[in-house]
Amino acid sequence: MAKVIVMTSGKGGVGKTTSSAAFATGLALRGFKTVVVDFDVGLRNLDLIMGCERRVVFDFINVINGEAKLNQALIKDKRVENLFILPTSQTRDKDALSRDGVEKVLDELKKEFDYIICDSPAGIEKGALMALYFADHAIVVTNPEVSSVRDSDRILGVLASKSRRAEKNQEPVQEHLLLTRYDPERVERGDMLKVEDVLEILAIPLLGVVPESPAVLRASNVGMPVILDEKSNAGQAYLDAVARFLGETVEHRFMKPEKKGLLDRLLRRTA
Amino acid sequence: MSIFNFFRTQKKTVAEEAKERLQIVLAHERGAGSSPDYLPMLQKELLDVIKKYVRIDEDKVEVKLERGGDFSTLEVNIELPPPAVAAQRRRQAAAGGGVRPA
Ligand SMILES: Nc1ncnc2c1ncn2[C@@H]1O[C@H](COP(=O)(O)OP(=O)(O)OP(=O)(O)O)[C@@H](O)[C@H]1O
Ligand SMILES: [Mg+2]
Repeated sequence: MAKVIVMTSGKGGVGKTTSSAAFATGLALRGFKTVVVDFDVGLRNLDLIMGCERRVVFDFINVINGEAKLNQALIKDKRVENLFILPTSQTRDKDALSRDGVEKVLDELKKEFDYIICDSPAGIEKGALMALYFADHAIVVTNPEVSSVRDSDRILGVLASKSRRAEKNQEPVQEHLLLTRYDPERVERGDMLKVEDVLEILAIPLLGVVPESPAVLRASNVGMPVILDEKSNAGQAYLDAVARFLGETVEHRFMKPEKKGLLDRLLRRTA
Repeated sequence: MSIFNFFRTQKKTVAEEAKERLQIVLAHERGAGSSPDYLPMLQKELLDVIKKYVRIDEDKVEVKLERGGDFSTLEVNIELPPPAVAAQRRRQAAAGGGVRPA
C-alpha cells in the first residue's frame, strides 16, 4: 500500500525541500518506487534541488486541470532508478490546488508508487494544508531555534485537527521529528537548543539530526540531492534517517562536536 | 592560491555551475511569451490536427523539453497505431488462422 509522507514545518527556510529531495532519493536508493511532489505553487524550487529544472514540461497544476496526463508531467531522475519528480507551477498560485484535484492526482500516484513525498510550502495556509491533508506520515522539519520549534508545535496541532485522518477519526498521522541545521559546537557552547530540549518540548519521536553542513549548499548548487554526497555528514545523516524510517535501528550521530586535530582540520578543508 | 584551487580551475566550480543553471532557468521564466504555459494548448492543438488523420491513444503521447542557454528543444513523440493490415493479420493469427495469399 502506497504511503504519503508530508515534509512540513510551519516556518519557512528550515530545510523542507532539502529534506524532501534527500528522503525521496534515499527511499528510491532502497528500491522503493518513489515520487516527490512540489506543493509550493508559484515558488517552484524542488526542480532546482533535484537538478531537473531544464526538463520541466508540464506540472502538478496542469495535471489537476486536466491539461496534461500524469505520466507526461512526471520527470524521471537521471541518476537514481525508481525516482520521479512532480514539479509544480511557477506561474499560478496556491488557489490552483483544489482538494479534489490533489486527491485525484495522489490516488493515481498511489497506484504506481510505494512512497509519495509531499514537499510542503511554509505557513499554515492553503498550500501547506493541501500538502498535509492526505498524509499518512508527517516529517516535521525543525531547526534548533525558538521560532522554528514554536511553528513546529503549531503544525503538529494542525496535523491533529485538519488532516484527513483527523477529520475522519482514523489512526492519527504518524509524526517524526527531523532536526536540521544542528550545530553541535554552538550547542556545546550553550548558544543553541539541544536535541533533548527540542524533543522535550515537541514530544514526538526523533527520526534524525542533520548537522549544519556546507555540503548542503554545494549539493544544491549542482542540483544533486545531498544524500548522494555519501562522504558528507549531512548525506550520512539523511541515509540514517531513511533507515530509521524503514524500521531499522541506527544510532544517532553528528550530535557531538567533532574532535579536531591539526591533521584532521587540514584534511577536512579539502573534503 | 592554494594548490587545491589550482587544480580546481580546470573544472567548473560548483558556484559557477549554480550561476549557469540559474541564468538558463531565469532566462526562460522571465520574458513574456517564453513561459512554458503555452505547452498544454500547443499539445492540444497538435493532437487535434493529428487526430484528423489517425486515431491515437492520448496516453501514448510523450512531450520532452530540454532548456538550453542558446536554444531549447521540444520533442513530441506520438505512438501511431499499427497499420490496418498488420492489425488485421494479428487478429487472424490470434484467431488461429493464417493470412491466405490473395
Ligand atoms: N543541514 C543544512 N546545513 C546547511 N544548510 C542547510 C541545511 N539544510 C538546509 N540548508 C539551507 O537552508 C536553506 C533553506 O533550505 P530549504 O529550501 O530546503 O528550506 P525550506 O524549508 O524548503 O524553505 P521554504 O519554506 O522556503 O520552502 C537553503 O539555503 C539550504 O541550503
Ligand atoms: Mg521549500
